[in-house]
Amino acid sequence: MIPAHVHPAAPVERDPHYNFGYLDESTKRMLRRALLKAVAIPGYQVPFGSREMPLPYGWGTGGIQVTAAIIGANDVLKVIDQGSDDTTNAVNIRRFFGRVTGVATTESTRDASIIQTRHRIPETPLGKGQIMVYQVPIPEPLRWLEPSETETRTMHALAEYGGMHVRLYEDIAQYGHIATTYDYPVMVNGRYMMRPSPIPKFDNPKLDHSPALMLFGAGREKRVYAVPPYTSVKSLDFADHPFTIEQWDECCDVCGSTNTFLDEIILDDQGTRRFVCSDTEYCAHHAAGAEDKKEPAQQRAAAARVDASTIGHIPAGAAS
Amino acid sequence: MYVAVKGGERAILNSYDMLDDYRRGDPALPELTLPQIQAQMPLAVSRVMAEGGLYDTHLAALAIKQAAGDLIEAVFLLRAYRTTLARLGSSIPIDTARMNIQRRISATFKDVPGGQILGPTYDYTQRLLDFTLEANRHTTPLAPADEPLAAAMPRVTDILQHDALLQAEAPLPGDPAPFDLTREPLSLPAGRDARLQNLARGDEGFLLAMGYSTQRGYGNTHPFAAEIRYGSVEVELFVEELGFSVTIGEIDVTECQMVSQFAGNADAGPQFTRGYGLAFGYGERRAMSMSLVDRAMRATELGEAGDAPANDQEFVLYHTDNVEASGFVQHLKLPHYVDFQASLELLRRLRSERDAHADTAGVAAPDASTRPAPAPAPLPQAQEFTS
Repeated sequence: MIPAHVHPAAPVERDPHYNFGYLDESTKRMLRRALLKAVAIPGYQVPFGSREMPLPYGWGTGGIQVTAAIIGANDVLKVIDQGSDDTTNAVNIRRFFGRVTGVATTESTRDASIIQTRHRIPETPLGKGQIMVYQVPIPEPLRWLEPSETETRTMHALAEYGGMHVRLYEDIAQYGHIATTYDYPVMVNGRYMMRPSPIPKFDNPKLDHSPALMLFGAGREKRVYAVPPYTSVKSLDFADHPFTIEQWDECCDVCGSTNTFLDEIILDDQGTRRFVCSDTEYCAHHAAGAEDKKEPAQQRAAAARVDASTIGHIPAGAAS
Repeated sequence: MYVAVKGGERAILNSYDMLDDYRRGDPALPELTLPQIQAQMPLAVSRVMAEGGLYDTHLAALAIKQAAGDLIEAVFLLRAYRTTLARLGSSIPIDTARMNIQRRISATFKDVPGGQILGPTYDYTQRLLDFTLEANRHTTPLAPADEPLAAAMPRVTDILQHDALLQAEAPLPGDPAPFDLTREPLSLPAGRDARLQNLARGDEGFLLAMGYSTQRGYGNTHPFAAEIRYGSVEVELFVEELGFSVTIGEIDVTECQMVSQFAGNADAGPQFTRGYGLAFGYGERRAMSMSLVDRAMRATELGEAGDAPANDQEFVLYHTDNVEASGFVQHLKLPHYVDFQASLELLRRLRSERDAHADTAGVAAPDASTRPAPAPAPLPQAQEFTS
């Protein structure tokens, strides 16, 4: 059921020339089979017969195919790029799904049943029944250690991951820090090494034991993989060099948050800059919430709204 | 209030309109028609059909027009359309020996049964700009030849194979259905069916460069162009209900068969081996390049060194596709604020730690100013991850 207050953010009309979700039904079935296998083997890269999509490779064709395979008429879709609903690529993908599915779209993390993302996990904690779909450029975490796909598949089969630890160790030896800041490798369910897609390592802890289902699609490389809900996702580290996330001395200039990932905005050529939340929806919500404190009635209403929206959030696509 | 990323939707819609204007150009000039593109830019149409993996001159012309002449963009448009099409059936293999020949040459024999047929070719034109083409020029069509082409035009490779000088190409045991690259992900090592499909849709520039590299010594195969032929062939479909095959149409194809020396092994004596190239439409450069690369990728199975780039299946097959390559190269223009911010944060931290270290070193050594500055510590490689 679509919560009443979800705005039809996309004024795009459903184009009847295309099948629901653009892909034909047999392609969707092929994708769902691959996704089921991916969920059954957390972190394992499942090859699939990726199709040419009407958006270019590198623009999120893997994520788009995954979303197209799981989306149902009652789903509510949110699309973000760099944490924002308004970046051109996110707008374009949201319009695409508006055109080929006609589903409701939203900017609210809480209201969405499917969130397709590039490079971020929303700051608002995800809930049970929600699905995150990640756009993945290069799915193979070992690719920069070993360019050959034949070799890396063997390395995964043997869980031969020592090379990655050596690489991280060399960073520490040379720079005093692990110099990987995004797409930071993780171990999933204690078995497979996985690239979390190019999210900043700031977002890595959000993957661990998340109540949401995480699906990853790499269209050009023709791989899907998954982290099922409540699955262990551990960022690689060492006992004496534990994993840490980015921190800023500044807080968000708009909403005052001190615990979010910040974008740096350059204001002039004299080095003046300000920092704002990368997650624009969270930022707007947080800024509004700060004002709400003056008006307890409104705040209560907002809280009630949130509760209502989280009820009955079983994505239709997941069951189909 | 920071609003720089807002308004994306309106900007996108406006960019569609600007692109339309850009493509159309001066509205005072007559608009290009699809029949004009089909008739007067047939080589562009051929390339787009080959790399788009779809034989349809009308749709290829439409794609070229829509892409404002950018052939890789046109290939992409055709591919994206092609994925939506249902599969009605599989044709029986085309028989290029029964080709209605427009051109046929062999570089290995001075004369061959059926003769050497130059046909329409740029090969012997002098590459001087023809200023008479600046204006509309009336040409009188060439009168038909006095005698028709020989009915039988056997392929040169068939002649070589007759003498067992050329390695036979037999179907695999049980004649399994060929791999379908457009439905299945590539897996390695790839069979020759998958490799040839991959090359048939591969970027012409990439195939050309890889083929060229083998000629310059990176995995030389000493090739000879046994035969190149271009013309039309019938496409036949076996109809179960009828119990026989029917011709459903004709397509133009260019075929190139290269032969290369092979020293032989325990199973076979010294023989020629074949590199095969086939392209939709008229695409000689493409078919020749493809046959060189096909043969180069057989190096390991034939017991050759196989250590050159063109011998490396994985390297070649993963990089032929210009729709994939173009998308991934150009995705770098998408926003990367978040990753960049993460790198920036690390770089600032490393630099401030380094400065702090230099300051303490300066206190310990008062004559630091007279010494050459310490060599800067190497900064971490900009993370080579692409995203």
